[in-house]
Amino acid sequence: MTNLSGKDLDARSAPEGDRTGKSGITVFFKTIGFSIGLALVFTLVTQLLPQVEGEAPVETKVDLASLTMDDFVAMGENLFMNKGTCTLCHKPPPIGRAPDIQSMDMVSTSSERLADERYQGESKDAAGYILESMIDPSKFVVVGWGKKGSNDTVSPMPAVDKAPIQLSAMEMDAIIAYLQAKDGNEVTVSLPSPEVAAELAAEAPAAGGVAPAPAATAEEALGKYACNSCHAMDSEDPLVGPGLASVGARLSEAEIRQSIIDPAAVITEGFPPAMPADFAEKMTVRELQMLVQHLAEKK
Amino acid sequence: MRSNRQQSIRRDGFSSRLGWLLSLLAVLLVFGVTPVFADMGMGGAEQRIAPIGRVHIEGRDFVPVADSVASGAEEPEQIAAPRTSRKDYPNIGVSSRAVVWILAQLHLFFGALVLAVPLFVLVIELVGVTTGDERYDSMAHEFMKISLTGFSITAIFGGSLALALFLLYPDFMGYMMHVFGAQWLVYAGLFFLESFFLYTYYYGWNAMRYGNLKWVHLSLGLLLNGAGMTIMVISNSWATFMMAPSGVNEVGVVVGNIWEVMKGPLWNPINLHRFIANIGFGGAVVGAYAAYKFLSTKDMEKRAHYDWMGYTSNFIAILAFLPLPFAGYWLMAEIYAYSQQMGITAMGGILAWLFIVQAVLIGTILLAGNYYLWAGMSRTEGSKRYKPFIGFIAFVLVVCFLTWVTPHTLMLSASEIAQLGGSHHHILGPLGIMPAKNIAVNLMLIVTFLSFQLYRRSDKVATVSWAPIGNALMVAIYVVAIVNIIFLGVYFGYFTNTVYKVGSSVAQVSSTLVVIIAGIVIDGLMFKNAKTLPSHWGRIPDRAQYALFALPIAFTWLMGLMGYVRSSVKTHWHVYTVMKDNSPDNFIPTIGYAGNMITIVTVLFLLFVLFMFWVASLSGTKQAKPETVTEGGVA
Repeated sequence: MTNLSGKDLDARSAPEGDRTGKSGITVFFKTIGFSIGLALVFTLVTQLLPQVEGEAPVETKVDLASLTMDDFVAMGENLFMNKGTCTLCHKPPPIGRAPDIQSMDMVSTSSERLADERYQGESKDAAGYILESMIDPSKFVVVGWGKKGSNDTVSPMPAVDKAPIQLSAMEMDAIIAYLQAKDGNEVTVSLPSPEVAAELAAEAPAAGGVAPAPAATAEEALGKYACNSCHAMDSEDPLVGPGLASVGARLSEAEIRQSIIDPAAVITEGFPPAMPADFAEKMTVRELQMLVQHLAEKK
Repeated sequence: MRSNRQQSIRRDGFSSRLGWLLSLLAVLLVFGVTPVFADMGMGGAEQRIAPIGRVHIEGRDFVPVADSVASGAEEPEQIAAPRTSRKDYPNIGVSSRAVVWILAQLHLFFGALVLAVPLFVLVIELVGVTTGDERYDSMAHEFMKISLTGFSITAIFGGSLALALFLLYPDFMGYMMHVFGAQWLVYAGLFFLESFFLYTYYYGWNAMRYGNLKWVHLSLGLLLNGAGMTIMVISNSWATFMMAPSGVNEVGVVVGNIWEVMKGPLWNPINLHRFIANIGFGGAVVGAYAAYKFLSTKDMEKRAHYDWMGYTSNFIAILAFLPLPFAGYWLMAEIYAYSQQMGITAMGGILAWLFIVQAVLIGTILLAGNYYLWAGMSRTEGSKRYKPFIGFIAFVLVVCFLTWVTPHTLMLSASEIAQLGGSHHHILGPLGIMPAKNIAVNLMLIVTFLSFQLYRRSDKVATVSWAPIGNALMVAIYVVAIVNIIFLGVYFGYFTNTVYKVGSSVAQVSSTLVVIIAGIVIDGLMFKNAKTLPSHWGRIPDRAQYALFALPIAFTWLMGLMGYVRSSVKTHWHVYTVMKDNSPDNFIPTIGYAGNMITIVTVLFLLFVLFMFWVASLSGTKQAKPETVTEGGVA
């Protein structure tokens, strides 16, 4: 008779020898001691390694009145290394998974790429190109760094203005300033304006639990309420909801207002009733008015 | 004779009734579950986007809608993922994450155990049926007996975990309940099914031991596993939704049906990885039970039995463990495909150090598994032929293990950097990156298979005429595979860019699989009708049993470690990119803190497993009647 190992199972053939069982208590303590000791060895290994905490991004206040360009460049470097998570991929070979930006002069590199026939964007200068490569990285994919099977037409890089990175316009400008300044080039982006400050204030509540600051412009309100998550603003292409490029030609101001504060009242055929119903509670009167006017002008 | 016949008729009648009952149950299931799924949004797009309120086509007049239609077609409110702030998380005075960490991990440990044991119990029972050897049947029954209490413990920790989550993360749980909807009810319902199959399978073991009833019993085991697997894949979908959400839009509004929510990009890789890992884990835990019983008894027959049981458990654990790195590779590849940022956070960011600990753990598992096989060779006289190989295998294992644990980047002071001549050691530095580790892990798997192959051969002498050619072919396959693995790792890992580096690891894994498959096929043919040498169960050094304790401890610790990385790659998100974690614990803890937590849960698990074994042993214990007891009571 054999078993899984192919060996004889006949216990009677086992020699008596000197093998004798030990008392239950001894075996219990020896095995428990061995097991806990081994677990502690593994714990010790973890204690010998570098102890690094992965902090969640924290909101920092920027004093715009005293902000200099040097501060702005330093902020960009910090964002590049930390919140932007750029250095996860943009590292020197062979461990990098994207071009080693830090060892490249991005201003001169941008000129070469803008002139490349594979470039599909609309930028005209280095700052525009760098911004474009952050928010729409597939406009130009460096040969050898595209997504597998895409023939270098699709970039694996995430859009940094979207989750999970979610850099603000000011933060992206700071990174552009850093990439320009690090090789001695002229910084062409401007220091942040009060409008950008308002945008930052609008983003603060998620972390701090403070009431959101009212949007200063219709564009800010569109961003604040994530309208473009579901609606294309510059085309009629349907996403989750219909495109709004010419919504003013289709709907009156009253109808636009109603569709924001009571979206279930009228639903465009073919679309799910997915629009949040609580904008009436969330928006200020001024924000609603700005949005309605802005959309009504889209004809 | 008549009695036997009556019994047979009764048994057949019972079998027939049971068959009808099972059929009825299947019909009820099919018709009962279908409407539930329809309610969950699987009834087609028309139902999901049924219009509500005043409906009209843009540019045309309103079309009146009958009241009955309007009121009957109400859709649930579309809800985006909540945006929480610190005050939305109750403060109970201790870290909420630590509480959930412990409860979740203990639930997962026992869940993995009780899902895995019935799987290989069913296979062992089937082996018993096909070979006619009742000892397999008894062993399978014993495996079930010792894990039975584990089902209750799993449920207790599952319930505690759910309560803790609802108490400590109410908004998050509210959102998850909203997203998964009626799936929760299906999940709860499956526990009734699993309990039904579990108790009929276990308590019906001896009642359905022979003949056609045995097949009914096997079918119950299959259904038990079916229910268990379904429970696992459903709960996996929650974890993978949190890592890579699907079926929702950018703000978390549900835009797909429940199937689209479940089948995210990481669901199947996690399902496969957990399925395989559970089997290895379950095998390791019951192996420790056998080792403990082996050491505790003086009865030679029992020692032989528990030696065999320990060997079988180790066999199951290592057999399941061998393909696990490949399943892990698929999972990581899918993570990279979903989000390169998430992949690099795991493998190249602050969590990268964790893989050094993983190397220590897997190294422990492979060394323990190999050592147990080498020690087991003392059971047979014919093993002396293969003793010289052990030194070679041990050498390869140790070198590969050291390569695997070599870190790439070190946190150094300025003086240390000057002493080292740079941030990376000029000789050992290249051993820190993945190509070197890919070579190491593949070679470790190959030599572990070699240990197993030699062990299997140790009590046999091939009698086929082509044995020398078969041996030469086997050696050639080993040599070519090893050379191929090293060449691919070195050339593509160090002399080409990252894309080829990743691609070459697939070819390396293929080489390893070729060795394993070729070894099984060649040995299967070569040792068919081979001459068998004497071997004796129970003849193994006591110290070898400690390898069977090292395995479950390393497995348990490894599962805890992988849980830490799986959860941490989400960084500061409850649901990645959709719902932020703004709790006080929304940071990735240090590896040292994680190590402490993992050891705490491992020791707790160990204690609960001991309790489970103790309860199992109670069923076989009967108190002797006190001599002083009289008819009227105690004297």
